[in-house]
Amino acid sequence: MTQQTIDRRSFLRISLLTSGALVVGVASPGWLEAGEHDDERWVPNLYVRIDPDGTITIVSKNPEAGQGVKTAFPMVVAECLNVDWRDVKIEQAPLDDRYGRQVVGGSRGTPDGWNDLRVAGTAACHVLTRAAAGQWGVAASACTASGGAIHHEASGRSLRYQALLEAAARLPAPDVADLDLKSRPEDFTLLGTFVPGVDNPQILTGKPLFGCDVRLDGMLYAVFEKCPTFGGRVRRANVEQIRSQPGVTHAFVVEGTDNAAGLQPGVAIVAETWWEANNARRHLRVDWDTDHADSTAGYDTRAEALRGERGETLRADGDVERALDRSKQLVEASYYYPFVAHANMEPQNCTARFDAAQNRIELWAPSQHPRGGRELIAATLRIPERNIHVNLTRIGGGFGRRLRNDFMVEAAWIARETGRPVQLQWTREDDLGHDFYRPAAWHHFRAGIDDAGRMQAFDHHFVTFGSRGRTVSGAGLSPGHYPAGLVKNFRLRQSLVETNVPTGPWRSPGHSAYCWAYQGFFDEVALAAGRDALEFRLDLLSRHYGEPPLDLERTSDTLRLAAEKAGWGRRVLAANRGLGMAFHFDHGGFVSHVAEVEADGNRIRVDKVWSAADVGPILNLSGARNQVEGCVVDALSTAQLEITFANGAVEQGNFDDYELLRIGQAPEIECHFIQSENSPTGLGEPPIAAATPAITNAIYAATGKRIRELPFSRAGIALL
Amino acid sequence: MSKVTLRINGQDHKLDIPAGMPLLWALRDKLDLVGTKYSCGIGTCGTCTVLVNGAPVRSCVMPATGMAGMEITTIEGLDSDGAHPVQRAWNDEDVPQCGYCQGGQILTATALLRDNPDPDDEAIDGAMSGVMCRCGTYPRIRKAIRRAARYAADESGETS
Repeated sequence: MTQQTIDRRSFLRISLLTSGALVVGVASPGWLEAGEHDDERWVPNLYVRIDPDGTITIVSKNPEAGQGVKTAFPMVVAECLNVDWRDVKIEQAPLDDRYGRQVVGGSRGTPDGWNDLRVAGTAACHVLTRAAAGQWGVAASACTASGGAIHHEASGRSLRYQALLEAAARLPAPDVADLDLKSRPEDFTLLGTFVPGVDNPQILTGKPLFGCDVRLDGMLYAVFEKCPTFGGRVRRANVEQIRSQPGVTHAFVVEGTDNAAGLQPGVAIVAETWWEANNARRHLRVDWDTDHADSTAGYDTRAEALRGERGETLRADGDVERALDRSKQLVEASYYYPFVAHANMEPQNCTARFDAAQNRIELWAPSQHPRGGRELIAATLRIPERNIHVNLTRIGGGFGRRLRNDFMVEAAWIARETGRPVQLQWTREDDLGHDFYRPAAWHHFRAGIDDAGRMQAFDHHFVTFGSRGRTVSGAGLSPGHYPAGLVKNFRLRQSLVETNVPTGPWRSPGHSAYCWAYQGFFDEVALAAGRDALEFRLDLLSRHYGEPPLDLERTSDTLRLAAEKAGWGRRVLAANRGLGMAFHFDHGGFVSHVAEVEADGNRIRVDKVWSAADVGPILNLSGARNQVEGCVVDALSTAQLEITFANGAVEQGNFDDYELLRIGQAPEIECHFIQSENSPTGLGEPPIAAATPAITNAIYAATGKRIRELPFSRAGIALL
Repeated sequence: MSKVTLRINGQDHKLDIPAGMPLLWALRDKLDLVGTKYSCGIGTCGTCTVLVNGAPVRSCVMPATGMAGMEITTIEGLDSDGAHPVQRAWNDEDVPQCGYCQGGQILTATALLRDNPDPDDEAIDGAMSGVMCRCGTYPRIRKAIRRAARYAADESGETS
């Protein structure tokens, strides 16, 4: 009893299960094109199920790392299905190709899911409405849906959804293109409201939820020691001695691979309890074979040498040298930010159970990109992908770290070697010492100001990190990035410092770092030109040369709104206080911040941050504000932190020398949203980039001290 | 191995514990009480906080064998239905983002409110400064503690 409609975007199916439940499935076009579907295999309970007892179950396909998707996505379905939120149950999907993309990253969940989620909810409501209209012999257009029932107002009749399941399943599925999908904030009743997270009941009572909470019968616990110097191999290790330590059941060398994001060489220790496995590590002696000694000091020296070189020109508009020569004023400055770590509160872990007879493996993984983990395990352990089942657990912080799945392949390998279910748990030291760091960079700027006080030349030498002549992950800068396109004469040159350190995406990769350099320098240029920071920026955003690098109007609107809320230009501040601002655009979102800072000499407090964001309609007001607040705190926290290297290894060990922001240092944050009719985009990343420069620009206003190097301590600034 | 009886959430548990094992791992790996979370292991971040005789303690650095006779409360034991004023306030302010540190936050806040039923922001920041949150839920923690104080005051008003 199935019907289906295919359009260019989605593959929709509405059917009745033998239990009497109505299910609506939407498959991604990618899955459809892959040609893996067949009617027999596809049980389409993919998005929403209505049971005969009235229970409405909505499936959340993406991993939840605190970005709020497990609450916001089902809200979209519930909105379009016209059911009460309190009647909805949420189910976490495992990794399954039928769902298409299942990734936390790139703030792409919202834009990718927006269509399918609305289609699922709207299609179900569509057939339920027609089923009721059919029973009553009235036109469907005379019926309305709300609170999980169809109503015919003219006759005062209502039918609950559960009374309509069979009839609805007999109707032809609607053509997706004909569905009237809600898209404007004024059409929403649930979306845009403040809805607490669906996992709160478990979180607040300590119920098992996270990767490290998994407990299996006969499970052992593992630690995995890798070489402190990245990529080092094991020559020999005293594993026999380790095996005799209390509680230890297994200890063995893992030869590993060359893949820095895969199975690295190391020593596994497995025990009855995790503490015994880790305690045995004190006696572990490994002779490591290493082939580099990367250091922060070495990087600095190399970067300083590269500074005077021409570098590779990535973009040149107009004639920047000539324009600089002819400018009325020349402003020059260099900015530097260090490597930083992700430091998720839940250190990396994964649980695995290997079935040797079937060559199958099941995993419980707090991964942002579980499909990548499955592919890695398939390639490393030579287990077919169809024999690898991945359960998605709640993730104790992602920030991009868990897009890499080294911890998954380690758990899989150790579980196969031991033949027992194993939970691998990294220590904090493992986690800080084997991250995929946000790379440092040096930005050398020169700007030319003309008679009208406008920036008419911008020369940028970007010294970043590479390996064998190619920028490493997270170290690139798009030639299309502003101020390219906003300044008539523009040049971007790039030089690479060679590195052996693993790098990777870190919340709003690149943007969260270089926005600070740009927006700090803009303040310097505005100041030199004798112009107000807001007026200078709005003027910069008022014209473009060629393709605009960002939507000038939407960006300006957020800047104006944040400035207005902060009372920019309208307040008289004490001499030790200052306001600073910045705008940015990334991952589809436009966000500006204004920060207010209070100074006591070189000690400062960030009192308040006003934030204005345009990411289209807001799905969950609570989740949206949470992401803005979290990004502001993250920005201030990260601006105090630095990962350094010596002898090819990280020098920081734990939170005692990589200390995140404490509550007393967190500012008050006031969020404002411009709810346009544009399709909604994600908020996990866009609010962070502009927060750092808004704060450092405010520090300048309060102290006269321009921060051109991070962390703050390099400029002699400390937080009160 | 040492034998010890731990009183956890009002129940006695007789355990065989390896010498030196911290309370955190006795809870997690011996009793499968996984609500108490590991994060730093050196008593710095406060994620693993439990209440011992009502006071917040870092379970990752407290040897379990020394805890006999003490009243230990983990996040599971606060109120298993989430009806405690602090839990209700935490939900209504929707404090958690990733949620991993929140057990430690909630128990620390519970101890604060027991000693100071109406804390101002300074008192809140002072009491809560030992528990890190990577997601940046601090502004909401402040709001939730003020809300919990109201809930607790309402409850005691109802019962008196």
